[in-house]
Amino acid sequence: MSYYEPKDLADFPNITEWAKKEGNKFFEYYGAATGAGKLTEREKSLIALTVAITQNCPYCIDAYTTKCMSLGISSEEMMEAAHTGAAMMAGVTLAHTTQIRKIIKKKEM
Amino acid sequence: MDVSDQLRILSQINDIPSLAQKIREINMFPLCAKGIDILQINTGRCCNLSCRHCHVDAGPHRTEVMSRPVLDKCLEILSSFPISTIDITGGSPEMNPHLEWFIGEASQLNRRLIVRSNLTLLLTESYRHFMDVFAKNKVEIVTSLPDYLEAKSDRQRGAGTFHKVIEALRELNSMGYGMKNSGLCIDIVHNPVGAYLPGSQAALEHEYHERLEVEQGVHFNQLFCLTNIPIGRYLDYLIASGNFDDYLSELCQSFNPDAVKNVMCLTTLSAGWDGSLYDCDFNQMLDLTVNHGAPKNIMNFDMDKLKNREVVINNHCYGCVAGCGSSCQGATTAGD
Repeated sequence: MSYYEPKDLADFPNITEWAKKEGNKFFEYYGAATGAGKLTEREKSLIALTVAITQNCPYCIDAYTTKCMSLGISSEEMMEAAHTGAAMMAGVTLAHTTQIRKIIKKKEM
Repeated sequence: MDVSDQLRILSQINDIPSLAQKIREINMFPLCAKGIDILQINTGRCCNLSCRHCHVDAGPHRTEVMSRPVLDKCLEILSSFPISTIDITGGSPEMNPHLEWFIGEASQLNRRLIVRSNLTLLLTESYRHFMDVFAKNKVEIVTSLPDYLEAKSDRQRGAGTFHKVIEALRELNSMGYGMKNSGLCIDIVHNPVGAYLPGSQAALEHEYHERLEVEQGVHFNQLFCLTNIPIGRYLDYLIASGNFDDYLSELCQSFNPDAVKNVMCLTTLSAGWDGSLYDCDFNQMLDLTVNHGAPKNIMNFDMDKLKNREVVINNHCYGCVAGCGSSCQGATTAGD
Protein backbone atom coordinates (compact mmCIF):
# COMPACT_ATOMS: atom_id res chain seq x y z
CA MET A 1 0.00 0.00 0.00
CA SER A 2 1.13 3.50 -0.82
CA TYR A 3 0.37 6.62 1.19
CA TYR A 4 -0.89 8.09 -2.08
CA GLU A 5 -3.69 6.10 -3.70
CA PRO A 6 -5.52 7.35 -6.81
CA LYS A 7 -8.89 6.60 -5.25
CA ASP A 8 -8.08 9.01 -2.41
CA LEU A 9 -8.63 11.87 -4.84
CA ALA A 10 -12.34 11.20 -4.53
CA ASP A 11 -12.03 11.90 -0.79
CA PHE A 12 -11.04 15.53 -1.39
CA PRO A 13 -14.59 16.88 -0.94
CA ASN A 14 -14.59 15.25 2.53
CA ILE A 15 -11.87 17.48 3.95
CA THR A 16 -14.75 19.38 5.56
CA GLU A 17 -15.06 16.48 8.02
CA TRP A 18 -14.40 17.73 11.57
CA ALA A 19 -13.81 21.23 10.25
CA LYS A 20 -16.98 22.02 8.36
CA LYS A 21 -16.97 25.80 8.63
CA GLU A 22 -13.35 26.22 7.57
CA GLY A 23 -13.66 23.50 4.91
CA ASN A 24 -16.71 25.11 3.35
CA LYS A 25 -15.00 28.48 3.30
CA PHE A 26 -12.00 26.89 1.61
CA PHE A 27 -14.17 25.35 -1.13
CA GLU A 28 -15.98 28.63 -1.67
CA TYR A 29 -12.63 30.36 -2.08
CA TYR A 30 -11.21 27.52 -4.20
CA GLY A 31 -14.16 27.67 -6.58
CA ALA A 32 -13.91 31.44 -6.92
CA ALA A 33 -10.15 31.38 -7.42
CA THR A 34 -10.05 28.60 -10.01
CA GLY A 35 -13.17 29.49 -12.02
CA ALA A 36 -13.14 31.72 -15.09
CA GLY A 37 -12.57 35.40 -14.34
CA LYS A 38 -10.36 37.83 -16.21
CA LEU A 39 -8.25 34.74 -16.86
CA THR A 40 -9.98 31.89 -18.66
CA GLU A 41 -10.62 28.48 -17.14
CA ARG A 42 -7.99 27.10 -19.52
CA GLU A 43 -5.35 29.55 -18.36
CA LYS A 44 -6.11 28.91 -14.71
CA SER A 45 -6.04 25.16 -15.23
CA LEU A 46 -2.56 25.39 -16.75
CA ILE A 47 -1.41 27.52 -13.81
CA ALA A 48 -2.90 24.98 -11.41
CA LEU A 49 -1.23 22.09 -13.23
CA THR A 50 2.11 23.87 -13.11
CA VAL A 51 1.81 24.53 -9.39
CA ALA A 52 0.75 20.90 -8.86
CA ILE A 53 3.82 19.53 -10.61
CA THR A 54 6.25 21.90 -8.92
CA GLN A 55 4.75 21.03 -5.52
CA ASN A 56 4.76 17.28 -6.26
CA CYS A 57 1.08 16.78 -5.44
CA PRO A 58 -0.04 13.55 -7.14
CA TYR A 59 -3.73 14.28 -6.49
CA CYS A 60 -3.55 17.71 -8.10
CA ILE A 61 -1.46 16.42 -11.02
CA ASP A 62 -4.08 13.74 -11.68
CA ALA A 63 -7.01 16.15 -11.32
CA TYR A 64 -5.54 18.98 -13.38
CA THR A 65 -4.05 16.85 -16.16
CA THR A 66 -7.52 15.40 -16.63
CA LYS A 67 -9.13 18.83 -16.41
CA CYS A 68 -6.70 20.23 -18.98
CA MET A 69 -7.54 17.35 -21.33
CA SER A 70 -11.25 18.03 -20.78
CA LEU A 71 -10.75 21.64 -21.76
CA GLY A 72 -9.00 20.66 -24.98
CA ILE A 73 -5.53 21.68 -23.83
CA SER A 74 -3.00 19.74 -25.84
CA SER A 75 -0.18 17.56 -24.51
CA GLU A 76 2.30 20.04 -25.96
CA GLU A 77 0.68 22.95 -24.13
CA MET A 78 0.74 21.05 -20.84
CA MET A 79 4.40 20.13 -21.29
CA GLU A 80 5.22 23.73 -22.19
CA ALA A 81 3.57 24.84 -18.95
CA ALA A 82 5.50 22.15 -17.04
CA HIS A 83 8.77 23.51 -18.46
CA THR A 84 7.79 27.00 -17.36
CA GLY A 85 7.32 25.57 -13.88
CA ALA A 86 10.58 23.66 -14.08
CA ALA A 87 12.43 26.78 -15.23
CA MET A 88 10.88 28.77 -12.40
CA MET A 89 11.93 26.13 -9.88
CA ALA A 90 15.46 26.15 -11.30
CA GLY A 91 15.46 29.93 -11.23
CA VAL A 92 14.20 30.02 -7.67
CA THR A 93 16.95 27.58 -6.67
CA LEU A 94 19.69 29.44 -8.48
CA ALA A 95 18.49 32.83 -7.27
CA HIS A 96 19.14 31.59 -3.75
CA THR A 97 22.79 31.02 -4.66
CA THR A 98 23.03 34.74 -4.06
CA GLN A 99 22.87 33.85 -0.37
CA ILE A 100 25.68 31.31 -0.82
CA ARG A 101 27.81 33.78 -2.66
CA LYS A 102 27.08 36.58 -0.21
CA ILE A 103 28.01 34.44 2.78
CA ILE A 104 31.16 33.10 1.11
CA LYS A 105 32.27 36.59 0.18
CA LYS A 106 31.60 37.87 3.68
CA LYS A 107 33.35 35.06 5.51
CA GLU A 108 36.28 34.11 3.30
CA MET A 109 39.56 35.94 3.65
CA MET B 1 -18.82 -7.35 -27.73
CA ASP B 2 -22.43 -8.49 -27.85
CA VAL B 3 -25.19 -6.73 -26.00
CA SER B 4 -25.58 -9.27 -23.19
CA ASP B 5 -21.87 -9.02 -22.38
CA GLN B 6 -22.06 -5.23 -22.34
CA LEU B 7 -25.01 -5.28 -19.96
CA ARG B 8 -23.27 -7.81 -17.73
CA ILE B 9 -20.15 -5.66 -17.50
CA LEU B 10 -22.22 -2.56 -16.79
CA SER B 11 -23.96 -4.35 -13.93
CA GLN B 12 -20.63 -5.31 -12.31
CA ILE B 13 -19.37 -1.95 -11.13
CA ASN B 14 -18.02 -3.05 -7.75
CA ASP B 15 -18.50 -0.43 -5.03
CA ILE B 16 -20.18 2.11 -7.31
CA PRO B 17 -23.88 2.47 -6.57
CA SER B 18 -26.25 1.76 -9.43
CA LEU B 19 -27.66 4.80 -11.20
CA ALA B 20 -31.15 3.78 -10.10
CA GLN B 21 -29.95 3.98 -6.51
CA LYS B 22 -28.44 7.44 -7.06
CA ILE B 23 -31.69 8.67 -8.59
CA ARG B 24 -33.66 7.22 -5.69
CA GLU B 25 -31.42 9.15 -3.30
CA ILE B 26 -32.56 12.42 -4.89
CA ASN B 27 -36.21 11.29 -4.95
CA MET B 28 -36.50 11.31 -8.73
CA PHE B 29 -37.03 7.60 -9.34
CA PRO B 30 -38.62 6.47 -11.55
CA LEU B 31 -37.78 8.85 -14.35
CA CYS B 32 -40.86 9.55 -16.45
CA ALA B 33 -41.05 11.26 -19.83
CA LYS B 34 -42.58 14.72 -20.07
CA GLY B 35 -43.82 14.45 -23.63
CA ILE B 36 -42.08 13.94 -26.96
CA ASP B 37 -40.28 17.02 -28.30
CA ILE B 38 -37.72 15.12 -30.35
CA LEU B 39 -38.23 12.13 -32.59
CA GLN B 40 -34.79 10.71 -33.26
CA ILE B 41 -34.76 8.40 -36.23
CA ASN B 42 -31.86 6.02 -36.71
CA THR B 43 -32.02 5.30 -40.42
CA GLY B 44 -29.47 2.50 -40.35
CA ARG B 45 -26.12 1.34 -39.09
CA CYS B 46 -24.11 1.35 -42.29
CA CYS B 47 -21.37 3.98 -42.34
CA ASN B 48 -18.30 4.75 -44.44
CA LEU B 49 -16.29 5.22 -41.22
CA SER B 50 -15.57 2.92 -38.26
CA CYS B 51 -14.80 5.36 -35.45
CA ARG B 52 -13.17 3.99 -32.32
CA HIS B 53 -15.73 5.58 -29.99
CA CYS B 54 -18.83 4.67 -32.00
CA HIS B 55 -21.66 3.45 -29.75
CA VAL B 56 -23.52 2.12 -32.79
CA ASP B 57 -20.66 -0.12 -33.87
CA ALA B 58 -21.39 1.32 -37.29
CA GLY B 59 -19.25 0.67 -40.33
CA PRO B 60 -19.25 -0.40 -43.96
CA HIS B 61 -20.04 -3.98 -42.88
CA ARG B 62 -23.43 -3.14 -41.35
CA THR B 63 -26.52 -3.90 -43.39
CA GLU B 64 -29.40 -2.64 -41.22
CA VAL B 65 -31.42 0.02 -43.07
CA MET B 66 -34.72 1.64 -42.16
CA SER B 67 -37.38 0.73 -44.70
CA ARG B 68 -39.78 3.01 -46.52
CA PRO B 69 -42.84 1.78 -44.54
CA VAL B 70 -41.13 2.65 -41.24
CA LEU B 71 -40.16 6.08 -42.58
CA ASP B 72 -43.74 6.55 -43.81
CA LYS B 73 -44.96 5.80 -40.30
CA CYS B 74 -42.54 8.37 -38.88
CA LEU B 75 -43.99 10.99 -41.22
CA GLU B 76 -47.54 10.03 -40.27
CA ILE B 77 -46.72 10.48 -36.58
CA LEU B 78 -44.89 13.75 -37.17
CA SER B 79 -47.88 15.05 -39.15
CA SER B 80 -50.27 14.09 -36.36
CA PHE B 81 -48.42 15.45 -33.33
CA PRO B 82 -46.57 18.69 -32.58
CA ILE B 83 -43.15 17.09 -32.17
CA SER B 84 -40.81 20.04 -32.61
CA THR B 85 -37.57 18.35 -33.69
CA ILE B 86 -36.84 15.63 -36.23
CA ASP B 87 -33.36 14.28 -35.55
CA ILE B 88 -32.02 11.91 -38.22
CA THR B 89 -29.01 9.81 -37.30
CA GLY B 90 -27.22 6.57 -38.21
CA GLY B 91 -24.65 5.17 -39.27
CA SER B 92 -24.44 7.57 -42.14
CA PRO B 93 -28.03 8.65 -42.80
CA GLU B 94 -27.08 9.44 -46.40
CA MET B 95 -26.53 5.72 -47.01
CA ASN B 96 -30.24 5.04 -46.52
CA PRO B 97 -31.66 5.05 -50.07
CA HIS B 98 -34.82 6.83 -48.92
CA LEU B 99 -33.14 9.74 -47.16
CA GLU B 100 -33.49 12.34 -49.92
CA TRP B 101 -37.19 11.62 -50.28
CA PHE B 102 -37.67 11.64 -46.50
CA ILE B 103 -35.94 15.00 -46.08
CA GLY B 104 -38.16 16.49 -48.78
CA GLU B 105 -41.30 15.27 -47.00
CA ALA B 106 -40.11 16.12 -43.49
CA SER B 107 -39.05 19.65 -44.42
CA GLN B 108 -42.64 20.44 -45.41
CA LEU B 109 -43.70 19.90 -41.81
CA ASN B 110 -41.79 23.04 -40.73
CA ARG B 111 -40.04 21.48 -37.77
CA ARG B 112 -36.44 21.71 -36.71
CA LEU B 113 -34.89 19.14 -39.05
CA ILE B 114 -31.48 17.75 -38.08
CA VAL B 115 -29.27 15.34 -40.00
CA ARG B 116 -26.21 13.95 -38.24
CA SER B 117 -23.67 13.62 -41.04
CA ASN B 118 -20.01 12.70 -40.76
CA LEU B 119 -19.43 15.02 -43.78
CA THR B 120 -16.67 12.85 -45.23
CA LEU B 121 -19.22 10.96 -47.32
CA LEU B 122 -20.37 14.24 -48.90
CA LEU B 123 -17.04 14.55 -50.70
CA THR B 124 -17.70 11.40 -52.71
CA GLU B 125 -19.37 11.66 -56.10
CA SER B 126 -22.38 9.50 -55.19
CA TYR B 127 -23.29 11.59 -52.16
CA ARG B 128 -22.12 15.11 -53.02
CA HIS B 129 -25.65 16.15 -54.06
CA PHE B 130 -26.74 15.88 -50.42
CA MET B 131 -25.07 19.23 -49.74
CA ASP B 132 -27.69 20.82 -52.02
CA VAL B 133 -30.46 18.63 -50.61
CA PHE B 134 -29.59 19.77 -47.09
CA ALA B 135 -29.37 23.45 -48.04
CA LYS B 136 -32.57 23.43 -50.10
CA ASN B 137 -34.52 21.90 -47.22
CA LYS B 138 -32.87 24.05 -44.51
CA VAL B 139 -31.53 20.97 -42.77
CA GLU B 140 -29.48 21.67 -39.65
CA ILE B 141 -26.32 19.60 -40.02
CA VAL B 142 -24.66 18.17 -36.93
CA THR B 143 -21.23 16.72 -37.50
CA SER B 144 -18.61 15.11 -35.34
CA LEU B 145 -15.17 16.66 -34.90
CA PRO B 146 -13.82 15.26 -31.64
CA ASP B 147 -10.94 17.72 -31.48
CA TYR B 148 -9.60 20.78 -33.27
CA LEU B 149 -6.24 19.06 -33.41
CA GLU B 150 -5.88 16.83 -36.45
CA ALA B 151 -3.83 14.12 -34.75
CA LYS B 152 -6.26 13.65 -31.87
CA SER B 153 -9.33 13.75 -34.06
CA ASP B 154 -7.86 11.21 -36.49
CA ARG B 155 -6.87 8.87 -33.66
CA GLN B 156 -10.57 8.49 -32.91
CA ARG B 157 -12.12 8.64 -36.37
CA GLY B 158 -9.44 7.28 -38.67
CA ALA B 159 -6.53 8.77 -40.62
CA GLY B 160 -7.47 11.57 -42.98
CA THR B 161 -10.97 12.21 -41.62
CA PHE B 162 -10.06 15.56 -40.04
CA HIS B 163 -8.97 17.02 -43.38
CA LYS B 164 -12.04 15.66 -45.12
CA VAL B 165 -14.35 17.22 -42.55
CA ILE B 166 -12.54 20.55 -42.91
CA GLU B 167 -12.79 20.34 -46.71
CA ALA B 168 -16.52 19.62 -46.52
CA LEU B 169 -16.98 22.43 -43.99
CA ARG B 170 -15.31 24.85 -46.41
CA GLU B 171 -17.73 23.84 -49.17
CA LEU B 172 -20.71 24.09 -46.85
CA ASN B 173 -19.51 27.50 -45.60
CA SER B 174 -19.40 28.68 -49.21
CA MET B 175 -23.08 27.66 -49.51
CA GLY B 176 -23.92 29.68 -46.39
CA TYR B 177 -23.74 26.96 -43.75
CA GLY B 178 -22.30 28.29 -40.50
CA MET B 179 -22.37 31.87 -41.80
CA LYS B 180 -24.21 34.68 -40.03
CA ASN B 181 -27.81 35.36 -41.09
CA SER B 182 -27.79 32.60 -43.74
CA GLY B 183 -30.42 30.54 -41.96
CA LEU B 184 -28.24 27.47 -42.55
CA CYS B 185 -26.81 25.94 -39.39
CA ILE B 186 -23.99 23.50 -38.95
CA ASP B 187 -23.09 22.39 -35.46
CA ILE B 188 -20.08 20.42 -34.30
CA VAL B 189 -20.03 17.60 -31.78
CA HIS B 190 -17.03 17.38 -29.47
CA ASN B 191 -16.40 14.28 -27.45
CA PRO B 192 -13.26 13.45 -25.50
CA VAL B 193 -10.57 11.46 -27.28
CA GLY B 194 -9.92 9.21 -24.32
CA ALA B 195 -11.17 8.24 -20.89
CA TYR B 196 -12.19 11.60 -19.46
CA LEU B 197 -15.23 13.86 -19.39
CA PRO B 198 -15.72 16.90 -21.60
CA GLY B 199 -14.97 20.28 -20.04
CA SER B 200 -17.04 23.45 -20.12
CA GLN B 201 -19.00 23.61 -23.36
CA ALA B 202 -18.74 27.41 -23.47
CA ALA B 203 -14.95 27.31 -23.05
CA LEU B 204 -14.53 24.58 -25.65
CA GLU B 205 -16.86 26.29 -28.11
CA HIS B 206 -14.79 29.47 -27.82
CA GLU B 207 -11.59 27.51 -28.44
CA TYR B 208 -13.06 25.59 -31.39
CA HIS B 209 -14.21 28.83 -33.03
CA GLU B 210 -10.78 30.41 -32.53
CA ARG B 211 -8.80 27.45 -33.77
CA LEU B 212 -11.00 26.47 -36.69
CA GLU B 213 -11.37 30.02 -37.95
CA VAL B 214 -7.72 30.99 -37.59
CA GLU B 215 -6.03 27.69 -38.45
CA GLN B 216 -8.50 26.20 -40.95
CA GLY B 217 -10.61 29.14 -42.13
CA VAL B 218 -13.90 27.38 -41.41
CA HIS B 219 -17.00 28.47 -39.52
CA PHE B 220 -19.74 26.72 -37.60
CA ASN B 221 -22.63 27.64 -35.34
CA GLN B 222 -22.71 25.78 -32.04
CA LEU B 223 -20.53 23.20 -30.32
CA PHE B 224 -22.25 20.30 -28.59
CA CYS B 225 -20.15 18.55 -25.93
CA LEU B 226 -21.01 14.88 -25.55
CA THR B 227 -19.76 12.57 -22.87
CA ASN B 228 -18.67 9.20 -24.22
CA ILE B 229 -21.21 6.65 -23.03
CA PRO B 230 -19.56 3.40 -21.87
CA ILE B 231 -21.11 1.10 -24.46
CA GLY B 232 -20.16 -0.26 -27.88
CA ARG B 233 -16.64 0.31 -29.17
CA TYR B 234 -15.96 2.87 -26.46
CA LEU B 235 -16.64 0.23 -23.82
CA ASP B 236 -14.19 -2.08 -25.62
CA TYR B 237 -11.61 0.72 -25.49
CA LEU B 238 -12.19 1.39 -21.77
CA ILE B 239 -11.68 -2.26 -20.93
CA ALA B 240 -8.69 -2.80 -23.22
CA SER B 241 -6.94 0.31 -21.88
CA GLY B 242 -7.64 -0.55 -18.22
CA ASN B 243 -9.76 2.57 -17.76
CA PHE B 244 -13.21 1.04 -17.21
CA ASP B 245 -13.32 1.14 -13.39
CA ASP B 246 -11.83 4.64 -13.15
CA TYR B 247 -14.13 5.99 -15.85
CA LEU B 248 -17.24 4.61 -14.17
CA SER B 249 -16.02 6.01 -10.85
CA GLU B 250 -15.52 9.40 -12.40
CA LEU B 251 -18.99 9.34 -13.94
CA CYS B 252 -20.48 8.41 -10.57
CA GLN B 253 -18.49 11.03 -8.65
CA SER B 254 -19.60 13.65 -11.18
CA PHE B 255 -23.30 12.72 -10.80
CA ASN B 256 -25.28 15.94 -11.18
CA PRO B 257 -28.92 16.04 -9.99
CA ASP B 258 -29.58 19.08 -12.21
CA ALA B 259 -28.56 17.02 -15.22
CA VAL B 260 -31.09 14.37 -14.21
CA LYS B 261 -33.83 17.00 -14.44
CA ASN B 262 -32.80 17.81 -18.01
CA VAL B 263 -31.82 14.37 -19.27
CA MET B 264 -32.79 13.99 -22.93
CA CYS B 265 -34.81 10.80 -22.58
CA LEU B 266 -37.50 12.81 -20.80
CA THR B 267 -38.36 14.55 -24.06
CA THR B 268 -36.96 12.22 -26.76
CA LEU B 269 -38.24 9.12 -28.46
CA SER B 270 -35.77 7.10 -30.51
CA ALA B 271 -36.79 4.87 -33.42
CA GLY B 272 -34.50 2.11 -34.63
CA TRP B 273 -34.04 0.95 -38.21
CA ASP B 274 -36.71 -1.77 -37.77
CA GLY B 275 -39.18 0.57 -36.08
CA SER B 276 -38.36 -0.52 -32.53
CA LEU B 277 -38.78 2.29 -30.01
CA TYR B 278 -36.27 3.32 -27.38
CA ASP B 279 -35.76 6.08 -24.85
CA CYS B 280 -32.52 7.11 -26.60
CA ASP B 281 -30.03 6.03 -29.24
CA PHE B 282 -27.78 4.49 -26.55
CA ASN B 283 -30.53 2.25 -25.21
CA GLN B 284 -31.17 1.35 -28.83
CA MET B 285 -27.67 -0.09 -29.15
CA LEU B 286 -28.22 -2.15 -25.99
CA ASP B 287 -31.57 -3.49 -27.27
CA LEU B 288 -33.30 -1.82 -24.31
CA THR B 289 -36.64 -0.97 -25.89
CA VAL B 290 -39.18 1.26 -24.17
CA ASN B 291 -40.93 -0.64 -21.43
CA HIS B 292 -43.49 -0.33 -18.67
CA GLY B 293 -46.49 -0.73 -20.97
CA ALA B 294 -45.39 1.54 -23.82
CA PRO B 295 -45.59 0.09 -27.35
CA LYS B 296 -42.25 -1.30 -28.46
CA ASN B 297 -42.61 -0.61 -32.18
CA ILE B 298 -43.46 2.54 -34.07
CA MET B 299 -46.12 0.65 -36.04
CA ASN B 300 -48.09 0.51 -32.78
CA PHE B 301 -47.38 4.14 -31.87
CA ASP B 302 -49.62 5.40 -29.07
CA MET B 303 -48.86 8.92 -27.88
CA ASP B 304 -50.89 8.52 -24.70
CA LYS B 305 -48.81 5.54 -23.64
CA LEU B 306 -45.50 7.01 -24.75
CA LYS B 307 -45.60 10.64 -23.67
CA ASN B 308 -45.34 9.94 -19.93
CA ARG B 309 -43.74 6.50 -20.11
CA GLU B 310 -41.30 5.38 -17.45
CA VAL B 311 -37.80 5.59 -18.88
CA VAL B 312 -35.58 2.51 -18.99
CA ILE B 313 -32.29 3.26 -17.24
CA ASN B 314 -29.09 1.34 -16.68
CA ASN B 315 -25.62 2.20 -15.47
CA HIS B 316 -24.44 3.48 -18.89
CA CYS B 317 -26.92 6.34 -18.30
CA TYR B 318 -24.44 7.79 -15.79
CA GLY B 319 -22.83 9.31 -18.89
CA CYS B 320 -25.81 11.61 -19.52
CA VAL B 321 -26.06 12.90 -15.94
CA ALA B 322 -22.39 13.43 -15.08
CA GLY B 323 -20.73 16.84 -14.93
CA CYS B 324 -22.55 19.40 -17.03
CA GLY B 325 -24.85 16.67 -18.37
CA SER B 326 -24.73 15.30 -21.89
CA SER B 327 -27.26 14.86 -24.65
CA CYS B 328 -27.43 14.74 -28.44
CA GLN B 329 -27.90 18.53 -28.15
CA GLY B 330 -24.80 18.92 -25.98
CA ALA B 331 -24.49 19.88 -22.31
CA THR B 332 -27.76 19.99 -20.40
CA THR B 333 -26.77 22.37 -17.60
CA ALA B 334 -24.92 25.67 -17.63
CA GLY B 335 -22.05 24.13 -15.64
CA ASP B 336 -19.99 25.88 -13.02
